[in-house]
Amino acid sequence: MNFEFKVQGGDFVRAGNASSQVKKILKQLNVDSAIIKRVVVALYEGEVNIAAHAFNGIINVEIDTERILIKLDDNGPGIPDIDLAMQPGYSTASPIVREMGFGAGMGLPNIKNNSDDFKISSVVGKGTHLEITVNLKSTKEEV
Amino acid sequence: MRLKNLVENIGGRVVCCEEYLDREIEYAYASDLMSDVLTVKCENLLLITGLANIQTVRTAEMSDLQAIIFVRNKRVNEDMIRLAQENCIVLIEYPGTMFRVSGQLSSIGIKPVY
Ligand SMILES: Nc1ncnc2c1ncn2[C@@H]1O[C@H](COP(=O)(O)OP(=O)(O)OP(=O)(O)O)[C@@H](O)[C@H]1O
Ligand SMILES: [Mg+2]
Repeated sequence: MNFEFKVQGGDFVRAGNASSQVKKILKQLNVDSAIIKRVVVALYEGEVNIAAHAFNGIINVEIDTERILIKLDDNGPGIPDIDLAMQPGYSTASPIVREMGFGAGMGLPNIKNNSDDFKISSVVGKGTHLEITVNLKSTKEEV
Repeated sequence: MRLKNLVENIGGRVVCCEEYLDREIEYAYASDLMSDVLTVKCENLLLITGLANIQTVRTAEMSDLQAIIFVRNKRVNEDMIRLAQENCIVLIEYPGTMFRVSGQLSSIGIKPVY
């Protein structure tokens, strides 16, 4: 199964819609609730990052019997130093983003913690690409 | 503790989803930063926050939170109510500070996450 969602930069009214729909789909598929939570928390952080830091983006969700693979691609400023961005607490969030309750610098570390596999790449001036994999038969310990 | 008793104890105003007041609450977590909230893993959790916008409710949806207490008289709007109803999240308005309600909840046995 394949689903695609669009995300608009700066749109904090609709940010989270994709994650919400994915949650409903996974519930209907009777996926274990702990796994659903890991998937949607990671996806939501990624979705909010596009709304907060990029111009626009596309989310692609692929579900099969083994795993859920989520790809987030955005057009945006990109991330100059990925190691730094991955550090808990590091944030360049604008005052508007902070007013919406984001900017703790916890999003990317949070995505990594909730994934069985996590890839991030970015080109400055072009955009950022994330790949989040959560195995459906995962036995990952609570983090 | 039952959510209904909890609300009576602190003197909060239930804004929506009264039908879920028989839920058991064991833990509370207080933050205005949603990515902090999204790190919390435990169940039967209630969020205390001064952040009242649609993303507060979205965060509760993703984290499977049972209820949200909005402190410092922050008002809940129609969009937030609609989203909370869709996801069965009890929204509670509270006139005092985050510190005050945290003290009240602590004294009736609600536990911190860590
Ligand atoms: N899609 C993106 N495009 C451009 N920069 C990004 C993107 N995602 C993250 N960043 C950069 O990496 C930093 C850290 O991201 P992270 O999600 O960990 O924290 P945050 O978004 O600032 O705050 P939080 O997620 O805790 O609300 C951001 O502040 C931003 O500088
Ligand atoms: Mg973020």
